[in-house]
Amino acid sequence: MFLVPDPVVRFFHRMASPPHFYAFSERLMPWLVVIFLLLTVTGLYGGLYLAPPDYQQGDSYRIIYIHVPAAWMSLFIYVVMAIAGAIGLIWRIKLAEVVMISSASVGASFTFIALVTGSLWGKPMWGTWWVWDARLTSELILLFLYLGVIGLYGAIDDKRTASKAVAILALVGVVNIPIIHYSVEWWNTLHQGPTVAKVGKPSIHLSMLTPLLLMALAFKVYYAIALILQARVELLQRERNSQWVKVKATEEGGL
Amino acid sequence: MALFDAFSAIVRRDLVLAMRRRSEIANPVLFFILVITLFPLGIGAQPKLLQAIAPGIIWVSALLATMLSLDSLFRSDFDDGSLEQILLSPYPTSILVLGKITAHWLTTGLPLLIVAPLLAVFLGMPNQSLSILLITLLLGTPILSLIGAVGVALTVGLRRGGMILSLLVLPLYVPVLIFASNAVEMASTGLPVTAQINILISMLLMALVLAPWPTAAALKMSINS
Repeated sequence: MFLVPDPVVRFFHRMASPPHFYAFSERLMPWLVVIFLLLTVTGLYGGLYLAPPDYQQGDSYRIIYIHVPAAWMSLFIYVVMAIAGAIGLIWRIKLAEVVMISSASVGASFTFIALVTGSLWGKPMWGTWWVWDARLTSELILLFLYLGVIGLYGAIDDKRTASKAVAILALVGVVNIPIIHYSVEWWNTLHQGPTVAKVGKPSIHLSMLTPLLLMALAFKVYYAIALILQARVELLQRERNSQWVKVKATEEGGL
Repeated sequence: MALFDAFSAIVRRDLVLAMRRRSEIANPVLFFILVITLFPLGIGAQPKLLQAIAPGIIWVSALLATMLSLDSLFRSDFDDGSLEQILLSPYPTSILVLGKITAHWLTTGLPLLIVAPLLAVFLGMPNQSLSILLITLLLGTPILSLIGAVGVALTVGLRRGGMILSLLVLPLYVPVLIFASNAVEMASTGLPVTAQINILISMLLMALVLAPWPTAAALKMSINS
């Protein structure tokens, strides 16, 4: 609390209170949607229309604008989940638990999208839907880690206990992700190495890179939107007996 | 040395308990042998093919056998309440948990080591890789017990913990499987395996230091719910 300016600290303290978060996220939502649409439209226009076709892969490389941002998000969200879990474990902040568990399904979806688009991309490029490539394999294991988190949360009835369990699991997982990733890479280089003729990393041209970065940003904003929507539902469910939810319900639903 | 006394008391107690329920020791070993017997039946008894996939078969079976035996780690203590007594003791839970994991490994991991050479011969593995197979099992199965302890501590309070446990634990077993089976494979072709062994040692040390903490935290959580 020494280096962080006071208003920032106060902002986070207020954010930790469910009713305040609920009201704030409601006001934030339209802005996020507008930013997301702007980024997506410009990103897709740049990627699908303005960017030139690749000299080797032709037009089929354009799936990169979905595939790569999704793959980036899959890892990013796991880390967010683990950090939120640690915050929830240490400071017992309810909202951190809600953020953690709401992230899990979004992260699993992004991982799934990255796997599917990767396999679609692999068919024309490598001639097969699936290769046991290091990145594909570690992405698949990441999906299993996400499913484990979701499964564990679903299996425990008391949701506060479930959050604690999931937080421990996410922290164990985040320690293991680098180990899994590098072991899979090692395994792959020993088992097949050159069979996957990677295009290497040709220094990507600016006209292709800019849309990619725009799409990455768009996916980040989309994550924020999906997270907030999930978190609001989760909050209402958890706090259904508290006063502010009852007030909210009578205000909006006229119950 | 009070801490060490507490540790060894837990190990002794669990060993005595295991000796009185010998079927719990026998089950994982029998499972291990059975699964390995199923492979030649499933894929045909071509010696070349079996020899090529022997390290993988043995290691995957060891992984599954360990995973199946995990449930006995905390289950009976959880059911009869002695787990609560262990958590209430003045000693750090992580050390006591480490004692339980040690006893568990001695009763479920060690028997695998003893039958593994026999099964390796069944599958026609060359003799020079036998010692490496034993070394990887010696280093690898404790890692499996340590990582598995976290998973089983998280699910011990659940009625249907079995399926979810495999989902939690198996992805985390991937690195052990990769390095261990790779070491055995390399050894059977006569290549050096120091790198893989060193990595397994470092993973074991990391697991020894890091795994008891989340296990203890998860047990406390499971008890409170």
